[in-house]
Amino acid sequence: MLKSKRVDISVRRVGHKIIEAIWRLGYASRFFALILLKSGPSFLRLHLTIREIYFSGVLSLIIILVSGLFVGMVLGLQGYETLQKYGSEEAVGTLVALSLVRELGPVVAALLFASRAGSAITAEIGLMKATEQLAAMEMMAVDPIARVVAPRFWAGVFSMPLLAAMFSAMGVFGGYLVAVVLIGVDEGSFWSQMQNSVDVQKDIVNGIIKSFVFGIAVTAIALFEGYDAAPTAEGVSGATTRTVVTASLAILGLDFVLTAFMFSGVG
Amino acid sequence: MPLPFRLKFPAAVALNVIVPIQTNLAMTSDNLVEIQDLNFAYASSPARPILKGINMAIPRGKVIAIMGGSGCGKTTLLRLIGGSIRPTSGLVSVAGQVVHELDSDGLYRLRRKMGMLFQFGALFTDLTVFDNIAFQMREHTDLPEAVIRDLVLMKLHAVGLRGTQHLTPSELSGGMARRVALARCVALDPMLIMYDEPFAGLDPISLGVIGNLIRRLTDALGATSIVVTHDVQESLKIVDYVYFISEGVIVAQGTPAEMKVSTAPFVHQFVHGEDDGPVPFHYSAPPYAADLGIADGSARA
Repeated sequence: MLKSKRVDISVRRVGHKIIEAIWRLGYASRFFALILLKSGPSFLRLHLTIREIYFSGVLSLIIILVSGLFVGMVLGLQGYETLQKYGSEEAVGTLVALSLVRELGPVVAALLFASRAGSAITAEIGLMKATEQLAAMEMMAVDPIARVVAPRFWAGVFSMPLLAAMFSAMGVFGGYLVAVVLIGVDEGSFWSQMQNSVDVQKDIVNGIIKSFVFGIAVTAIALFEGYDAAPTAEGVSGATTRTVVTASLAILGLDFVLTAFMFSGVG
Repeated sequence: MPLPFRLKFPAAVALNVIVPIQTNLAMTSDNLVEIQDLNFAYASSPARPILKGINMAIPRGKVIAIMGGSGCGKTTLLRLIGGSIRPTSGLVSVAGQVVHELDSDGLYRLRRKMGMLFQFGALFTDLTVFDNIAFQMREHTDLPEAVIRDLVLMKLHAVGLRGTQHLTPSELSGGMARRVALARCVALDPMLIMYDEPFAGLDPISLGVIGNLIRRLTDALGATSIVVTHDVQESLKIVDYVYFISEGVIVAQGTPAEMKVSTAPFVHQFVHGEDDGPVPFHYSAPPYAADLGIADGSARA
């Protein structure tokens, strides 16, 4: 009797969690639709979006560039170690460039963007909610979705591909430093093999599409978590953590789906 | 040369030529805010109503206080008047418009004629004092920047803080932040100003300053003010009429003079700050002796 009651309670709890998750997904979808619907001011008053591009994009440059440099250097080192076994160390430029442009550039840049800019967006919106700034805006007949949320969304969406491109460029430079300058791989082979192997459409454009999708996902998650945060210190800290965790998982999941569509069958 | 726009309030306030309007509640015929049979409960707990059968009439040009203990539903009432939440039943009308029947455009049009002072100011922390006050002007008008500058300085002068325009909210004291928020909420000369606990956490000087400003600004603007507060002494000095709310119902109402001499138990306890009365000192609990295990006269083993 007691056991069946416990099972009953457990099933109810699981059911409640599932219903809550579905409800929250629906709420998030509505929120995303509202952002798109109320994006007018983001484009009509571009200074709002440009200001947010500065906070989300420009201020993320340091971490993106430094990380890109080190990732490229590691790729150069590891690539050389592996390729020299087969006598094809000149192909290290190709390895570095393709790894960065196709995968590591968009993915790692997006993960860094989620940690640095995404968490900042969530904390800022959450604190605005906790200190009644969003409520004050509504009482002033100014829609916070249009005035606060949408410019941040578009700033994130525009910043992400640019940051990923800079990450990849810095990574290639890091690979060049290690492979050519430090190890002594032939410079002509390094660049020419890279130029021959990297395709604009299949590699670079697909990489940009990936980072664009990641930008949408990360920024939308960060904004939703901030807007939905409980208006307490604990609520804001929890929302910030959820942003980083959810956005990171979303990036990795989306990366797999996009890679499956883009690169299956590509030589 | 005539001005290309209307200057209603700021000049009068800036020049300190405000003459308080002598008001008598019974003489005013039209009400700016009317509340009829208002009931409200959150959807998550419908069995625990916050407001029960509230009826109020708030005449134009008056300062009305809504008083009551913490959690009695005062702020909820303000949110219902502002249209942030919808009543479970009954209605709130502002300037003849039933608030919960308005669509979002209609509600925003109505809110442009309202101002609200939040409990801790709710100033935008990423903007300077100047930009906070100019916020609504920039959002809702096409006034040139030079005119906005003059208007903002006039509003700041009215609250005695001209010279702080370049500061950020984090550089202001609590009292100053409240005054800036007050200047911001009258930025567009609203017809209705709502104050949510305007005296909370202020020192005695700031408290008096905010109280006087509420009265002066209301009179200068010809506006109507609703002050939600539990600060009895300060609010009774400046308001025309008082509603007392307890457990979601209006338990008393009248002029400040009537309230001061009222013998109604709740009003008497509230006005004189007594620790026991209709609002008990002790939270509801099982009998003390039973909790200590001495209900039968012997100590617990």
